Amino acid sequence: MLERPKRKNPVLRTRLPTLPPAARSRIALGLTAAAALGRFELQQCRDCGTVQYPPREACQGCLSIRLEWKPQSPEAELLAATVLHHSNDLFFRERLPWRLGLVRLDCGPTVVAHLHERVAPAPSRVIVAAKLDRAGQAVLVALPDKEANMAEDRQLREFTCDPKFRKVLVTDGKTALGQAIVKALAAAGADLIWVGYAEPWKKFAGFDELKPLPQVTLLPLDVTDSKNVREVAAEIGGKVDILVNNAEYHRTYGISNRPGVDTARAEMDVNYFGLLRLAQEFGPAMRSRGADGLASATAWVNLLSIYALANFPPHGTFSASKAAAHSLAQCLRAELRPAGVRVINVFPGPIDDEWNQLLPPPKITPAALANAVVKALQEGVEDGYPGDVAQEWLARWRDNPKALEKELST
Amino acid sequence: MSRRGYEGVAVAVPVTVPYVRYSIRAAHWWLARCLAELLKGCGLRKEDMDGFSVSSFTLAPDTAIGLTQHLGLSPRWLDHVPFGGASGIVQLRRAARAVQSGDADVIACVAGDTNHVDSFRLTLANFSQFARDAVYPYGAGGPNASFAFLTAYYMRTYGVKREDFGKLCVAQRDNALRFAHALFKKPLTLEEYLAARPIAEPLHLYDCVMPCAGADGFIVLSEERAKRLGIGYARLLGTIERHNAFATDPVQMRAGWALDRADLYEQAGTGPQDMDFVQTYDDYPVISVMQLEDLGFCAKGEGPAFIRRQSFTWDGSFPLNTSGGQLSVGQAGAAGGSLGLVEALRQLTREAQGRQVKDAKLGLVSGFGMINFDRGLGSGAAILGC
Repeated sequence: MLERPKRKNPVLRTRLPTLPPAARSRIALGLTAAAALGRFELQQCRDCGTVQYPPREACQGCLSIRLEWKPQSPEAELLAATVLHHSNDLFFRERLPWRLGLVRLDCGPTVVAHLHERVAPAPSRVIVAAKLDRAGQAVLVALPDKEANMAEDRQLREFTCDPKFRKVLVTDGKTALGQAIVKALAAAGADLIWVGYAEPWKKFAGFDELKPLPQVTLLPLDVTDSKNVREVAAEIGGKVDILVNNAEYHRTYGISNRPGVDTARAEMDVNYFGLLRLAQEFGPAMRSRGADGLASATAWVNLLSIYALANFPPHGTFSASKAAAHSLAQCLRAELRPAGVRVINVFPGPIDDEWNQLLPPPKITPAALANAVVKALQEGVEDGYPGDVAQEWLARWRDNPKALEKELST
Repeated sequence: MSRRGYEGVAVAVPVTVPYVRYSIRAAHWWLARCLAELLKGCGLRKEDMDGFSVSSFTLAPDTAIGLTQHLGLSPRWLDHVPFGGASGIVQLRRAARAVQSGDADVIACVAGDTNHVDSFRLTLANFSQFARDAVYPYGAGGPNASFAFLTAYYMRTYGVKREDFGKLCVAQRDNALRFAHALFKKPLTLEEYLAARPIAEPLHLYDCVMPCAGADGFIVLSEERAKRLGIGYARLLGTIERHNAFATDPVQMRAGWALDRADLYEQAGTGPQDMDFVQTYDDYPVISVMQLEDLGFCAKGEGPAFIRRQSFTWDGSFPLNTSGGQLSVGQAGAAGGSLGLVEALRQLTREAQGRQVKDAKLGLVSGFGMINFDRGLGSGAAILGC
């Protein structure tokens, strides 16, 4: 069990962010692509069925080049374990001793994996998972069972962004979704939750319910107001471990149903420029605290939309603003990566709220989406597509993006 | 078609360029010094040498061919063998065939590396594609971590104790005290071995080789030529080489020697019991034990009993790694694959000074190299006689 981190001694030096070795061959990034979605996939030969690891350019069984990444059974046996007391790399040197295992997967290959402390001495059964490390690259971890909590393990906590003991900023507490996220974070053990709300002169629905939560501090925050964002960042930026940007402006219609650009501009001002303002003001402080102990800065969550992948013409300008935000989030991801701070993009389908009234079900409830956000933090994924609609769109988009565009335009 | 023997092949002029922990020189400097010593040892000018074989990790971006211009050589036979600890044996057997066929008359085989303060880390990080993708990101422990797994598995499966490994390390240190070029100059006791700090459990400090700079080399030529030059030499009696053997074993407990040893002893017309000394590739003690088993000195899993029964100093019942091995001399990169070979030549040409094995007539040398992912891929062995 992790103990609550002690209060930081401001006189001591802050541990500077370093990353585990990040270089990978292009073919090995298949493991990362799957791990970013929380999946464990290995290369499998379409011709002879051989499962292989490390990733290769050809099948070691039959030399076929028809290889694909397929989900594999995580069941495995720990063959041998070691504890490193010496490392040639700065990241690990700061975190010694470090446990590793040599693990034989039931599907064939032997792999090297980071080892959870609760795994029994070899030989013993383990569950293997692919996780993103602090460099954003996939690594394999060996867990004692499927329920094992990585955040409770000193070593594997590095691969999660678990909100437990952490301080979180949720940028918009006025929506049902924002309030659900706050409650889910509180339930997950977040230490302190700052909740932003624009237009503080107006009391919002749900205000009275949020106020009494002991973790919650409400503070006026309007992501369209550069000065306000700067002031809030100056006040709390050095303490935010996780930033959840759920501020969103959503109107229906595409190009021809509404004259002028005012609505589209308002969407961009919140959905795109809001992210940019937050990133410019909060990014630098989070970058400097990427390795600041057990409760370091760890994640930045963006509430995007599945419409960021392909334009949904009935919500055409909203889709465009989310696509812009998605692109900017990729830039932010690259800029936060040197600090080991993970950018998690969440792409929900239509949320069951007032702006999606005319869309047929299934629609994702605010509570379900909030839980998906917290789960993404706990499991350390990079991209989340919560809900049936998002999953279906993702499958269609991955299968054939052009086909999806055509389907959406009819 | 039956395999041709190595009749008429001589191996001569054992050279070790004295190792240092760190060097500001490039690999080229070490290999050049080695070559110069080889030529001096057989009294030839570099123009008289028509074959050249090189092994090195830190020579990059150059390979053997760039080294010809760097050193002003014009060989008609050239080889580059970047196989790490398996290089020495592979260089030897290829050179032997070239001499037998007449493709070259005198071949200098050199292996060596430099070691700058940060070069070991850089070598590890980019050792192989599999290492970069699937090993180095896991704690960056280098070969220590990989061999920790094999050692832990071997200990559990066959009941070998740290004391057993310690016996090998202590004996090798005794041998090293009689080898002027060994980097370790102080005796090692079993108590010190057992009390050493952990590096990658169950490996402790004295189970691990120390990276350093250095070079080793030897000359391959015909017996006839060696006689004309008036230099001492050993005869090559048999060799084997194998890569990626037993690929489906979940963890490496054996390597190519287990597949090819009958071939090796048949070529030489000898058996393991005939060897007067053995030079194993000793990057970690568990690998020495694996070689002793795979090469037939004892059965698989009987390594622990064998260690307890024998003594391993130069004057012991089973002289092993008589110059101290890499564990006590140091690991100068690719030179580690030739360290045992040059020591075997010294023993067989009576140049082993204070550690000469009495009446040594037959010796076995083995090589092992390249932890590409989870195991060493290359294995080789040679039997030499005088």
